[in-house]
Amino acid sequence: MIRGAVRYLDRRAGAAPLLRKALRYVFPDHWSFLLGEIALYSFLVLVATGIFLTMFFEPDLSKTVYHGEYAPLDGVHVSKAYRSVVDLSFRVKAGLLMRQTHHWAADVFIVAIVLHVARVFFTGAFRKPRELVYYIGVVMLMLALLEGYLGYSLVDDLLSGMGLAIGYSVAMSIPFVGANLALLLWGGPFPGPPSFEPRMYVAHVLLLPIAIGTLLALHIALIVARHHTQFAGRTRNERRVSGLPMFPGYAPRSIALAFAVAAVLVLLGGLVQINPIWLWGPYEVAQGTNGAQPDWYLGWLIGGLRLMPGVDVTVGGYTLVPNPFWGGALFPLLVFGFLFAWPTVERRITGDDRHHNLLDRPRDNPWRTAVGCAFATWVAAVFFAGSADRVYASFGIPYAPQIWFWRAVALVGPVAVFFLVRRFLGEVKRDEAAASVSPGPASQL
Amino acid sequence: MKWLWSALALLLGRGRRPAAPAAVERPRIVPRQPPSPRGENWVLLLLVLATVAAGAFIAVYAIDRLPAQTQLLGLALGLAFAFLAAAAAVASRFVVPVEEVSEPYPEPEHPAERDEVLQIVEESGERMTRRRLLKVAAGGAGMTLGTALVAPVASLGPALHPDALRRTPWRRGVRLMNSSGRPLRLQDIEEKAFYTAFPEHASHDELGAPLVVVRVDASRLDLPDGRDPERWAPDGVVAYSKICTHAGCAVALYRAPLFEPTSASPALVCPCHYSTFDPATGGGVLFGPAGRPLPQLPLEVDGGDLRAGGGFSGPIGPSWWGVRRR
Amino acid sequence: MRTLAAVLAALMLAGAASAADTARGRKLYFSACAQCHGPDLRGVDRDARVGAGDNLALGPSLRGVGAQAADFYLRTGYMPLRDPTTQPRRTHPKYSERDLHALVDFVASFGGPGVPRVHPVRGRTGLGLVLFTEHCAGCHQVVGEGGIVTGSRVPSLEHATATQIAEAVRVGPYVMPRFSERQISPRELDSLVRYVLYARDPDDRGGWGLGHLGPVPEGIVVWLFAGAALLVVARLIGEGLKR
Repeated sequence: MIRGAVRYLDRRAGAAPLLRKALRYVFPDHWSFLLGEIALYSFLVLVATGIFLTMFFEPDLSKTVYHGEYAPLDGVHVSKAYRSVVDLSFRVKAGLLMRQTHHWAADVFIVAIVLHVARVFFTGAFRKPRELVYYIGVVMLMLALLEGYLGYSLVDDLLSGMGLAIGYSVAMSIPFVGANLALLLWGGPFPGPPSFEPRMYVAHVLLLPIAIGTLLALHIALIVARHHTQFAGRTRNERRVSGLPMFPGYAPRSIALAFAVAAVLVLLGGLVQINPIWLWGPYEVAQGTNGAQPDWYLGWLIGGLRLMPGVDVTVGGYTLVPNPFWGGALFPLLVFGFLFAWPTVERRITGDDRHHNLLDRPRDNPWRTAVGCAFATWVAAVFFAGSADRVYASFGIPYAPQIWFWRAVALVGPVAVFFLVRRFLGEVKRDEAAASVSPGPASQL
Repeated sequence: MKWLWSALALLLGRGRRPAAPAAVERPRIVPRQPPSPRGENWVLLLLVLATVAAGAFIAVYAIDRLPAQTQLLGLALGLAFAFLAAAAAVASRFVVPVEEVSEPYPEPEHPAERDEVLQIVEESGERMTRRRLLKVAAGGAGMTLGTALVAPVASLGPALHPDALRRTPWRRGVRLMNSSGRPLRLQDIEEKAFYTAFPEHASHDELGAPLVVVRVDASRLDLPDGRDPERWAPDGVVAYSKICTHAGCAVALYRAPLFEPTSASPALVCPCHYSTFDPATGGGVLFGPAGRPLPQLPLEVDGGDLRAGGGFSGPIGPSWWGVRRR
Repeated sequence: MRTLAAVLAALMLAGAASAADTARGRKLYFSACAQCHGPDLRGVDRDARVGAGDNLALGPSLRGVGAQAADFYLRTGYMPLRDPTTQPRRTHPKYSERDLHALVDFVASFGGPGVPRVHPVRGRTGLGLVLFTEHCAGCHQVVGEGGIVTGSRVPSLEHATATQIAEAVRVGPYVMPRFSERQISPRELDSLVRYVLYARDPDDRGGWGLGHLGPVPEGIVVWLFAGAALLVVARLIGEGLKR
């Protein structure tokens, strides 16, 4: 049976040489190399569940009166989009499972990407010749954030509606061109004409998935073209890569990971409630709720918006920089700017322009690790500031002092962490060198 | 159904057939490794469990109106995936050969082919007499065409007419209505309460529409210069845009102290980033990231009904480059 | 005739009992409340602050607040408040039922509205959601989980009884606005209360409700459950660095 299939493919597509090579492609194995795959499989779950959702969702903001299964909403004016999601959750069999799995998958997708980017950064995998792979990856991260934001904003519930108003305000806050950009994106002043909803919808179900999918294919193709990086070892050096062959060694592991990701996502999707929009109620421009937050991967932005002191920068009565710009636009610009610039910056500073196939263990490169930890500290401090209200509500620590605290940590923390990590790793390196005659990077990360 | 079982039996029962002697003895690619029947048994067990779980999913799905159906569906399908994952993981250790292989990294670069590529490009260009001119012309045409193709993006919205942002449905004489559609009357406005109001005969669904109306203690009123209390705070009643000047959320909180000496002053607060505005001083910012005060709407009283006495004191909604400050 | 006598007797007893209770109430008042609310229930404001050092005395007038406010504050344990400058927090009532009645009667004897009667069964949850979102959700969060306003915490509504909700709406305790019958009619209040009672244990058909707080606990689950689980799985599936 297999013989017949292989023969068929070879005769009609000339595929045998490719298959021969592909089957024995070498995957260096280390558990941290699987993080990107977790992201990939989350993406597949997103697409699969997403397709199901598109069969039921109505991207239509025209108002209707709810008279469905969920009694507490009876008689409430909601948009058709909102109603279609409530109906999907209450009337469609497995609808709520699909919806929740989809939403959990989006959150986990970005967790996996963040962990994967961290691994790539701290091991120096972005170095020549793989800068292109890295840039594509960072772009995918940006697209994933936008994709998630659009996805949960489609539902037109109270929480996501408030989030859209904030997104609009951040766009408006860009100096010189912000208002024009916001009007372009929304099609008019917020909340925009009825066509804004289908605009988000097309971006979310077609344009962005195609963009991410294409970049993903390119990302993988480039990795295969240059082959995977690996940690140094006895049979592992700059010229030879060792590991498991795709078949029969690696494939079952990959399949296992794929199923494990699906398992985690589906278990969450069935057992842990996420985004219960029937509880939030529909969005109205004139309404708001306490404790409204974006999904976790935009928490750094709400932190940025809350941390900035209340000033619109004006020059002679003209508004130059409205307040949301700093936390909502400049902050992510700096964060992504850092990620994009880093390979170049590191190359300039170290003068290392060589072709690298081997990875650093984080401790092998103390200053890069220190920079990375400092950067993470900065982002994390701003991130945690974003939930200061819930901390106050739950633990009684007053809000304003928390804001001051996180401002201080965001400024001082990265500097302190940089020096601490560099010193600590420097010592670890010295100890290691002293302990063994020929330092071999043989221990765990 | 029967053919499915017989097909399964055929597949499963095949077992190992002795390999036909090859014409040429090919060297092994995948190394031989001792079998592990125990590992196989585990894989079989896990596959059976996965089948049961997947079957349970189908069964739960088929039943109508099951309580906690989402949880049962998720549990069943999730376990099916989990068992399959475990089966694949065990198989990767015990059922398929485990080996480490090594191969050379691909060439870091290919100077010969690179040169040939450059050579092709160069030789192809040798026919041209006016290379630079052609390049400029092609470049110009390309860039202009590119711009032309991108130009329709401007149709997406009134990007060149930001004055649309200044328009609100409030002008002199427009009546204030509450959310039930009844007129808001001056005598209805009580102290320590807050009211949301909308313009009569206009859409509620824009940033310029909603107002928040409160009654301020006359002794605390301290409006900015140029705002005559008769026009801006008749009988102590003040109206502000309900949309926060920071990031566009509705200012949905009213801090209304019952006893101010032990609590705080009255304030309108936004739930998004906690910008706090003082209704007694023309919407001035007391706390939070808002960069300018809440725009105030002058009021006039017409037979007890509250009507707008003019336009807002400033642009409503989040700030943008066109917001002029006095 | 006999009924009339019985009724008269009952009235006289009630009168006597209430007189005794008011006296009891006055005694309780002076032992715990008068310092901040004044011996004549006119309150103690900034100008007439008495007490120095540790014992701050500051409090609003209780004349005209009625049984409505007294019952609310005492049953929720908001009062008595040891330090008047701190925010009252819900605890158990500090008084026995009898003492509580006595205190409430005493305060009520200075005038003011009685304890409101509210009938959630007559209300509509859908209308309650709309009303709650417009008037309450900004501070209390759309399903009553509580939150903050600048400078103060806003309590969750999970322990409030129907009567206490009605009382709070009409009283506007601490920094909460006050909603009179003109703004929220008794019928609307029925719906509002019905919604709040529902929101205590809403439809969680999606599974574990995570406290109905939205993306923050969801984010915690994603990192601590899913992220950790998948890291463990990756560790198990992947081999470590070979020597």
